[in-house]
Amino acid sequence: MDLYEYQARDLFEKHGVPVLPAAIATTADEAEAAAVKVGGKVVVKAQVKVGGRGKAGGVKLAVDPADAREKASAILGMDIKGHEVRTVMIAAAAPIESEYYLAILLDRSNRTFLVMASVAGGMEIEEVAHTAPEKLAKIPVDSNVGIDLARATEIIAAAKFPADVADQVSAVLVKLWETFVSEDATLVEVNPLVKTSDGKIIALDGKVTLDDNAGFRHPDHEALVDQAAENALEAAAKAKNLNYVKLEGQVGIIGNGAGLVMSTLDVVAYAGEKFGGVRPANFLDIGGGASAQVMADGLSIILGDKDVKSVFVNVFGGITACDAVANGIVQALELLGAQATKPIVVRLDGNNVVEGRAILTAAAHPLVEQLDTMDGAANRAAELAAK
Amino acid sequence: MSIFINADSKIIVQGMTGSEGTKHTRRMLASGSKVVGGVTPGKGGQSVEIDGHNLPVFNTVGEAMAETGANVSVVFVPPKFAKAAVVDAIDAAMPLVVVITEGIPVHDSASFYAYSLTKGTTRIIGPNCPGLISPGKSNVGIIPANITGSGPIGLVSKSGTLTYQMMFELRDIGFSTAVGIGGDPVVGTTHIDCLRAFQDDPETEAIVMIGEIGGDAEERAAAFIAEYVTKPVVGYVAGFTAPEGKTMGHAGAIVSGSSGTAQGKKDALEAAGVKVGQTPSETARLLRAIMGR
Repeated sequence: MDLYEYQARDLFEKHGVPVLPAAIATTADEAEAAAVKVGGKVVVKAQVKVGGRGKAGGVKLAVDPADAREKASAILGMDIKGHEVRTVMIAAAAPIESEYYLAILLDRSNRTFLVMASVAGGMEIEEVAHTAPEKLAKIPVDSNVGIDLARATEIIAAAKFPADVADQVSAVLVKLWETFVSEDATLVEVNPLVKTSDGKIIALDGKVTLDDNAGFRHPDHEALVDQAAENALEAAAKAKNLNYVKLEGQVGIIGNGAGLVMSTLDVVAYAGEKFGGVRPANFLDIGGGASAQVMADGLSIILGDKDVKSVFVNVFGGITACDAVANGIVQALELLGAQATKPIVVRLDGNNVVEGRAILTAAAHPLVEQLDTMDGAANRAAELAAK
Repeated sequence: MSIFINADSKIIVQGMTGSEGTKHTRRMLASGSKVVGGVTPGKGGQSVEIDGHNLPVFNTVGEAMAETGANVSVVFVPPKFAKAAVVDAIDAAMPLVVVITEGIPVHDSASFYAYSLTKGTTRIIGPNCPGLISPGKSNVGIIPANITGSGPIGLVSKSGTLTYQMMFELRDIGFSTAVGIGGDPVVGTTHIDCLRAFQDDPETEAIVMIGEIGGDAEERAAAFIAEYVTKPVVGYVAGFTAPEGKTMGHAGAIVSGSSGTAQGKKDALEAAGVKVGQTPSETARLLRAIMGR
């Protein structure tokens, strides 16, 4: 889960990373009140999970609360690269002398953690990596060793931070590591980390990504989910513990196993090229146990998607037997009754496939059509969606 | 021959007394695997009767190895306790630890992987993987044993069901070993480890490599193939239609910005001379053409 800037700021504050006073607002009134609370000149910042908001006009300086109200009302409701601004952060304005970059992240390639540090902050770090790689220090961190002050001091020296800020930045790095570990983050990034004109080091903007798998250790992370921004179908699927991602297409997909479902989406997209560009409507992995209830829940979500014109159920019976899946489909259609209105193409293969196909044949549901191969079934589902 | 496991592999099941552990212990035994015991902290000294096999339960992997001579462990422990289970196995210098558990926090996986490197005596496969099978010899994990028999194909895959699908497509030819390496961002054994082992395995004549979006494991594997692998390799990559920034089922299956795309992986593999199929069936046909079968 990616966090908003204000959520990242709050986590930083909780773990002792220096940040500026700030408050959030969802209306112009709240923005004015927030500016009063923060005091002095403030910066009004659009809260969106996408880069480039500054260029899009989503970050404005305000000289007083009335100005903050005005700036906030201009920014709220703005569309930034497809993201609607529903919240602004009102943060104290700071006189900036220098901008740096500091991040800790999971380095998948090397299966370790990595500190990235640069004295060239304030711009996209990919750009620094590309144009001035010598200015970006990348230093691996053993997860079982971590970063204490001595290690942080070494890292900051290696990244060639100026002597007058090195101690402060090293201390910040230790706090960032604490944030990274204790929140189960896969990314904590401060960009820019600034030196103010009075020589203080402050995290001015931040990005945090949390590991969804670690939710059981962090009941408080649930509150960080932005329910309003979630797709309604995705939210409904999540409530039913379904692994569902909404896409822009016409063929609803149900399958078992993440890899097979991804593959199914691709195969449907290829088949769809022959039928006017029909595309898969979603990702839905029902996992190992395809019970009637899970199948009914899945079908119900997919049939609730108004863009769906046909459904493709693609199951390879590994541990799950095809007869169990077939029974699940038959019972799901009974549960759904008149709610089921779209043609359903089913491809079963693998464990107990003969029995599974026989069950669907015997049920003879008017909406259900069986095909033997994944490619053939994808083709048929695309064809039905194009009608 | 086979890679990582063979007919003499002696397996213990960490989490055998749990429902998933018991279910899959039964399936492994039914397929002829030599399961010799289980580990559940606090239940040492008990035993479990599964289909006529009386399996002792131990408190630690070290005790289980000392008593049974086990050289493979398979982990079905829930995410919360998985790190402790894997660390126990590493401490006991268990040579091969296969972690089936899905949903382990990546800080835990990164920690036990780093620890395994420090100790230098344990290979980890997974987490979030189906395990591995050498048909007719040994089956460690949850891959169905009845799809196909032994043969000259080696398979390495991030995905469980795509492994089953591919084994099914090529069931008349058979497999030396099929390894599911798992769909998490940090896994103990990579495509490259398996490619190297298959290249060095005299029984393996051709290799199928299945990848998916996220990370750069496939790109690295492509570079490795160009440099080291002389046996024919065909590839498949899933996730061309995945949108940027969305996790597609597997914790590691995510396109971030322009990195980790299926197209990038396909291009890298093709540049290394690997034929890449557009669908699983086409991939199987490419392999058949190469093998003349």
